[in-house]
Amino acid sequence: MKASLYRFPAWPGTVALLVVGYGVIPIVGNSYLFEAILTPFLALSLAAVGLNLLTGYAGQVSLGSAAFMAVGAYAAYNFNLRVHGLPLLATFVLAGLVATALGIVFGLPSLRLRGFYLAVSTLAAQFFVQWALTKFSWFSNNNPSGVIDAPSLRILGLSFDSSIGRYLFALTIVVVLTLLAWRLVNTQIGHNFIAVRDNELAARVIGVPVLRTKLLAFAISSFIVSVAGVLWAFAYLRTVEPAGFNLDRSFQIVFIIIIGGLASIRGAFFGAALLVVFPLILSRVGSFLLGDRFDSGVLDMSQRIVLGLLIIFFLIAEPDGLAALWDRLKRRLLSTPNNL
Amino acid sequence: MPDFDILFFLEVLVGGLLAGVMYSLVAIGFVLIYKTSGVLNFAQGSMVLLAALTFVSVRERGVPFWAALLLALAVMVLLGMSIERTVLRPLVNKPPITLFMATLGLSYVIEGAAQLVWGTQVHGLDLGIDDTPLEFGGILVSKFDLVAAGIAAAMVALLTGFFRSTRIGLAFRAAADDQLAALAVGLRLPRIWAAAWVAAGVVSLVAGLLWGARLGVQFSLSLVVLKALPVLVLGGFDSILGAIVGGLLIGASEKLSEVYLGPLFGGGIEGWFAYVIALVFLLVRPAGLFGQKEMA
Repeated sequence: MKASLYRFPAWPGTVALLVVGYGVIPIVGNSYLFEAILTPFLALSLAAVGLNLLTGYAGQVSLGSAAFMAVGAYAAYNFNLRVHGLPLLATFVLAGLVATALGIVFGLPSLRLRGFYLAVSTLAAQFFVQWALTKFSWFSNNNPSGVIDAPSLRILGLSFDSSIGRYLFALTIVVVLTLLAWRLVNTQIGHNFIAVRDNELAARVIGVPVLRTKLLAFAISSFIVSVAGVLWAFAYLRTVEPAGFNLDRSFQIVFIIIIGGLASIRGAFFGAALLVVFPLILSRVGSFLLGDRFDSGVLDMSQRIVLGLLIIFFLIAEPDGLAALWDRLKRRLLSTPNNL
Repeated sequence: MPDFDILFFLEVLVGGLLAGVMYSLVAIGFVLIYKTSGVLNFAQGSMVLLAALTFVSVRERGVPFWAALLLALAVMVLLGMSIERTVLRPLVNKPPITLFMATLGLSYVIEGAAQLVWGTQVHGLDLGIDDTPLEFGGILVSKFDLVAAGIAAAMVALLTGFFRSTRIGLAFRAAADDQLAALAVGLRLPRIWAAAWVAAGVVSLVAGLLWGARLGVQFSLSLVVLKALPVLVLGGFDSILGAIVGGLLIGASEKLSEVYLGPLFGGGIEGWFAYVIALVFLLVRPAGLFGQKEMA
């Protein structure tokens, strides 16, 4: 059964997506599409994939994802700044490992706490990291407000600093990590995650190392989320401050996996797409309907309201998220007409 | 520390305990809902904001104090009832974490709506309690804090009386004890949930007024929820007594650590220190101070 170890997502769909991502979009897209939509979409998707491993698959709710994004961004910045000659990708990996270590530390409470108690304890990571990054200016190379500027994205002499370059850069990293995540959930480790989520006692009985599995989930999730943070800082915003990784960002990622679908890698992308695109649509529609009365304050508030309503709506009407909707749609389209 | 000043220590301690009462005030709203319906209501903070914002905005339009209070109360009652109808009822029997996520969404809706209607500017709120420090044996204590603690104590007494000696209170306790059994003897759970949310709304009005008078009424008021969460973790989600003791413990240790340990860390540690206290405590006693064992 060796083949099952290498079970990748359904080939044709994945290949088609990759062809579109690498072949079609770079040709037809413009810099607005790359900078304002696709790059943040990719970074958030990756963060959601990471959180989904922890929350969707392993069942450990975390409300501190943004903290790990911040750790990734600031660690990569510092490795790049302080260790000369370190290749860019190596700084990413090192940043990921720093986040992994921190993830294990903040995952320790999961060994004794469950449910709400654990969810609340993950907030400690959120506040601690944000405090540390603001408080100690060493992290931001003595910038008084903790702001960091991303280094130039160069790999083997190739520059990825243009808008399309940053898109391709983010796309490649997201594709690689997503495929790894996809493989992971189809291996024994992924099954252990699900076993721990569904019934801890039963998991223990059938020999799943529960404690180790939980910490592993925190470790892997933190790694992926932190790399997403690096992309958010280096490929999307280029200039970030600790406040950019606040509790709202953490909730945003939680919302993405709820809307997209828990325990679905594909769902992370659906959810991220919706959350990136919907504020843009809302601002267009709002200014069309209300004209000048629809200022940024109103937009901000109506965004919160619509987002909140979306969450409640999905929890009630489609708890399995957009991914389930997609599956149903696909079945409907693929089935022969006389079946309908 | 060069010389340990016991009076100063006591002053910090008392200040912390009184601040803790303010945390308990928010935490009690959580406990009311958690006890009866098993929902950890993250929207409690936004309810505090909505209540205070409604009261202040109506006051600023020239409505007398008591009328504004009644109006804000009416808003909270309506809110509680409509939440039960539109959010809780469709989500009956869903896992607790789903309900928690729903209240997360709810908090966004309430915050957004409150500020869309009443605007985002900062309002001052004057309850007519002057904040002159009183002196007790050389320790300065804020009068406002004392009044707030008094109001909190009165509210707890009222709630306890309500739970102990009214029929609805009995129904509350039955629902908290065993939902199925409560259903079996004919209690209408949806009505009890609605009542619990209304009660939590009323508590958040009290908390909103006191916190609003302290901090000014603005968006950040909804962040008091983050102050209440470690209190709940410490005290147990389902114990009013726990919320109070937890609040006092967190308030006192937070202020003491800020004064005595803060300089070591460079200050500003109050954002996360409470969580660390709660976590360390939980590692020793996973059910919190007074929580039920199986809740951990």
